[in-house]
Amino acid sequence: MQSVLQDSAKGKLADISRRAPVIGAALGWLGRYGELALLALTTIGMLLTIWAAFIYAPTEAVEGPVQRIFYVHVPLAWISYLAFFFVLVGSVIYLWRRDERWDAFARVNAEIGTVFTTLVLISGSLWGRAFWGAWWVWDERLTTSLLMWFIYVGYLALRAYTGRTAQGARAGAVVGILGFIVTPINYMSVKWWRTLHPDQVLPLGGTPQLPASMIVALMISLVAFTLLYTLLTIEVYKLERATAEAERLRVDVELSGQE
Amino acid sequence: MSAQMLQPAAQPHTAAATPTPAIALERLVKSFDVRPVLRGLSYTLPAGRTLVIFGPNGAGKTTLLRTLATLARPTAGRALVAGLDVVADAGEARRIVGYVGHQPHAYEELTARENLLFFARMYGLRDGAERASKLLERVGLRARANDRVRAFSRGQAQRLALARGIVHDPAVLLLDEPDTGLDQEALALLERLVAERRQRGLATVLTTHHLERGLRLADDALTLVRGRIAYAGAAAALDVAAIERLYAGEPLVNGGAA
Amino acid sequence: MSTQATGARLAWEQFWAIIWKDLRSELRTRQAWMSMGLFALLALVVFNFAFDLRVENLATVGPGALWIAFIFASILGLSRNITVEQDRGPMDRLLVAPVDRAVVYLAKVVGNVIVISVIEAVALPIFAMLYNLPIIQPAIAPILLLGTLGVAAVGTQFAALAANTRARELLTPLLIFPLIVPVVIGAVRATEALLTPIHDDAPWLGLLVAFDVIFLSVSAITFQFVVEE
Repeated sequence: MQSVLQDSAKGKLADISRRAPVIGAALGWLGRYGELALLALTTIGMLLTIWAAFIYAPTEAVEGPVQRIFYVHVPLAWISYLAFFFVLVGSVIYLWRRDERWDAFARVNAEIGTVFTTLVLISGSLWGRAFWGAWWVWDERLTTSLLMWFIYVGYLALRAYTGRTAQGARAGAVVGILGFIVTPINYMSVKWWRTLHPDQVLPLGGTPQLPASMIVALMISLVAFTLLYTLLTIEVYKLERATAEAERLRVDVELSGQE
Repeated sequence: MSAQMLQPAAQPHTAAATPTPAIALERLVKSFDVRPVLRGLSYTLPAGRTLVIFGPNGAGKTTLLRTLATLARPTAGRALVAGLDVVADAGEARRIVGYVGHQPHAYEELTARENLLFFARMYGLRDGAERASKLLERVGLRARANDRVRAFSRGQAQRLALARGIVHDPAVLLLDEPDTGLDQEALALLERLVAERRQRGLATVLTTHHLERGLRLADDALTLVRGRIAYAGAAAALDVAAIERLYAGEPLVNGGAA
Repeated sequence: MSTQATGARLAWEQFWAIIWKDLRSELRTRQAWMSMGLFALLALVVFNFAFDLRVENLATVGPGALWIAFIFASILGLSRNITVEQDRGPMDRLLVAPVDRAVVYLAKVVGNVIVISVIEAVALPIFAMLYNLPIIQPAIAPILLLGTLGVAAVGTQFAALAANTRARELLTPLLIFPLIVPVVIGAVRATEALLTPIHDDAPWLGLLVAFDVIFLSVSAITFQFVVEE
């Protein structure tokens, strides 16, 4: 009985990688070594980014060295939007198909997106402190990021509180959908709120014509962070699914023991 | 109340066709978290029969009834009422299913009559006022028709819940422990109701802890233990001693007040 | 069945039946009105002490105070419903009926809007007196309506979500507040514009309309997943 369960468990765990949607297909193609390759690429990419951001890119005239936070802040922001978009996608497909793997996909993206957003807020705050002398400014991008942070922290709190239940997954999906849809509206309203009250406008410094070297550095950084995101998503997804399977197996054993 | 029988939907009217079963379960699984409450139930109740479901607390009786009432969605497998899938044909199924749950739950600030009128409107019934009056008479609440439910005793609220459950004359009526909290008179009323439905060929499913009453009222019996079917067959053939062993310590009454 | 209404006709009747039922119940207890009304009033008074409200400040700070009072009172009222509906019973009886879940949602939203509007109608003149602002104009009506609709739309959805997941009290405001930011901004700015007209101002009412339409339609669809078990 014991060995049958062990084989079953091993088989199931191996199955997870192969059967996961989208990622499974990619993983299937890449195979085991693909993951190692991804890890290697990510490491190289991050090292390259450090070089590009601190050495290769020129120092900005107005802002000085502190501007280099830009090369971390911007990609983190773009990728967190991407992650939250995937929360939407995962949520919609989960409600439609009721396949809990899509729910796992949404949940993983919410976790990673929230972490990235936290870093966006922190890096933005540091940048703001250095450049404007203020730890926080109510500019539309930072404010929208803060609101998004609250939304997805709410999502995670809800999921944590409801545990591994279908009810929790459905509730989370609804939050994931509504949260993403409201975000562009949030952005617009904060933007209008700011721009039409001149006393509140702060010199953003914006992004005037960037020299080529800066654009290159930004691109390198973006690619590196995207690789990092992909790696994290795959690994956390596998962890999530393995945990779910393990729990199910535990319950199976428990129930069969009672019979 | 109209004597017209509600035919199950999608019912071919040919003499050769077997009537659609009142309820059908196909490997029905329902879990709320990792632990399944209903573990692969397969069962068929022929049309027009009365079924009693026994089982210790936590066996899954309420979950099964709620699934049939389209309130809970199956995790795996299928559940059908009168041939209608509770997921795919939920809207139609709701028209012909009646459900009375554990707790009476009426709208407390409304009167008994207003409660029934509301539900009549929800079912799209034109003759709501007439039905309400007849039903209130039937369940013995005519005297309290215009009193707010807030002031009702539990037994009275239970009777109102019963009336609400049959306001649209459902082809399949699901009753979850309908006998708890009822006095002798109300119990007699309940039994008359179930017997009348049986006569008219309308299916009824009820759960109860009262062994004797359940077996008396029903044609068929089902016993659930920890989400699985322990017995399915005619009520008369149920081994009472075995059931009592199953309950082992759980409140199960045989004879006397519940 | 000739005795039964079907389709769109049925949905329409059910919609009004639910609103009638909710209002009837509310009229008889007057619970929500009391607690929400008092809270709104209290908030308006406290703001006077919290902010330095000299005469020249009033027009700037007033609208903000007004809408915070309304929004928090509304959330309080909607959250109160949660503890009432924690056991799913009453909702179950409703859901067993052949009623489209979107109809249930929209009916509840409209019911809530009506209840909150009554409080606003009473609080508004009091606000006008306390803050000495010429806010009683016909043009305030669309702002009140659209703003309240937005708050009710979000509040109703998440009240149901909390009830069905048995979530703690803290979770509901946490989920609601990031989502009603457009309503807060739009309603406050629109009210300000009413008192001190600004040239070339942003289309605040348009923002409220857009938010309401989008949120209501998506929520109406997702409501079925919220109440399902």
